[in-house]
Amino acid sequence: MAETPSSEARTGLKLISPTAIYVILLLAVPLATVLVYSVLTGGRGNVSLPVTFENYSELWSKSVYGYIMFKSLMVALCVTAITVILAYPVAYFVSFHVKPERKSLWLFLITIPFWTSYIIRVSLWFVILGYGGIIDSALAGIGIQPLNIASYSILSIIIVLAHAYAPFAVLPIFVSLEKVDRSLLEAGQDLGESRWVTFLRVTLPLSMPGVIAAALIVFIPTVGDYVTPELVGDGKEPMIANLIETQLLKLQNFPQGSAFAVASMLMVGLVSVAFVFWNRRFIGGGK
Amino acid sequence: MKKAPILRSYTLFYLLFLYGPILLLPIFAFNDSRVVAFPLQGFTTAWFAEMAADQNLRNAAWNSLIIALSVASISTVLGIFAARASVRYRFPGKGPLMGMIMLPLVLPEMIVAMALLVVLLSMNIPLSLFTVILGQTLICTPFAVAILTSAFQSLDKSLEEAALDLGETPWSTFRLIILPLVMPGIMASFLICFTISFDEFIIANFLGSGEPILSVYIFGQFRFPAKVPSMLALGTVLVCFSIILLGFAEYMRRRGIAKAGGKDSGGFL
Repeated sequence: MAETPSSEARTGLKLISPTAIYVILLLAVPLATVLVYSVLTGGRGNVSLPVTFENYSELWSKSVYGYIMFKSLMVALCVTAITVILAYPVAYFVSFHVKPERKSLWLFLITIPFWTSYIIRVSLWFVILGYGGIIDSALAGIGIQPLNIASYSILSIIIVLAHAYAPFAVLPIFVSLEKVDRSLLEAGQDLGESRWVTFLRVTLPLSMPGVIAAALIVFIPTVGDYVTPELVGDGKEPMIANLIETQLLKLQNFPQGSAFAVASMLMVGLVSVAFVFWNRRFIGGGK
Repeated sequence: MKKAPILRSYTLFYLLFLYGPILLLPIFAFNDSRVVAFPLQGFTTAWFAEMAADQNLRNAAWNSLIIALSVASISTVLGIFAARASVRYRFPGKGPLMGMIMLPLVLPEMIVAMALLVVLLSMNIPLSLFTVILGQTLICTPFAVAILTSAFQSLDKSLEEAALDLGETPWSTFRLIILPLVMPGIMASFLICFTISFDEFIIANFLGSGEPILSVYIFGQFRFPAKVPSMLALGTVLVCFSIILLGFAEYMRRRGIAKAGGKDSGGFL
């Protein structure tokens, strides 16, 4: 098709416009609104001038808010580390030890649990970990006292989130392992390195971009998870999402809730940028 | 292939961990006891009967079905526009626009829901099933774009050029040549968006104005121990349902790749 660049640009813009307009109206505008609200003064259910940074200073001055932010960050980082470390050997196995024609079957098996009802999976853990629940009753059968794991809110939140997001971590690591040039590994071993050293010095650095992608994919939704702290932690250990809900909906304090939302976006953004920079080190040759 | 017994058993163990809770679903859904605990008490289908008789549950399921069908259709159509534009054309502002469209993938869902909610409340727009559809479409569109982009990428551009040379209009080329070739991708996108929407909780909960929606209903019922067994029965049904849907989506995806003559690289995204 003989197209001039400008007519191509016009067709392209026309084609993307329905989706772009939808996203601008329903995502960009709301996000901008939240940003503006976060520096306004507000009472119950309304916002007004003057512009103030009080909502943000509230974040620093009230230690309970800082604690919740810090806790969400720590829980999310913990979950990220656990899922990525647990997923790596699985991705390695599928990439290096499964016949090529069987690989997509294995990946399919690993991803199915992710696509089955999230709410049911999380709620099930509530039944599994709770007092007199499935774990306790199974342990009672061999004479062990009830553990009531669910009463350790943070621990159970970490277990449930690590399980819920596990399949997410395998795919990106697998993709980067698939790209590792197999002849490099042979070269390493021909030159007298042991298999373990070859793994540490060749395979692992080359697969780091996948590891970091996996970490990001797990970190972002876990830091903003609402359901798990609500259900498993019994609401006793709220995370950022629960805090935002309380401010915006229960207290109807739009500016304060918006400030929390913006602060948590900043936090997610900063951690993501840190991950991406870390990634750049490995893309740049992995020396 | 080298044998790696330790890695292999680790992977199998990992799969067991992933599937553990799902495997417990049918075990306790057929267990003849209101208390969800070992030892098992014998076989019953009473919980399935209780589930089927629950009128609120049926309303919720019906609402979820309407939402999921609408969301899947709208997201897939929006996905076709964006994927086609980004694969086929170069235009100014493409990077930022595509970034904006894919943004919900890297934003915590709670933020998307709350931002939308603040705007809706400020504009005094009443919450309804419609607002849930609007919000969930935002979440599902990036998935549709990702799936459809790979479908459009595997298209051979010369087929399209041949059709245009032979006198077809751009629209009839799209309808007669491109659409049939990307059809499997469209089906896969529809099914996946349907599954995500059907399962979605945050937006359904906050933008849904208390109309019963399945995921919100399930979340509420798990708080009452007496209701848990019938929820496990429901869970069993939903898991079977989504495995069938996904199996079908995976089949369509593979057929699409085979049709376009590509090689299967595995995985949905």
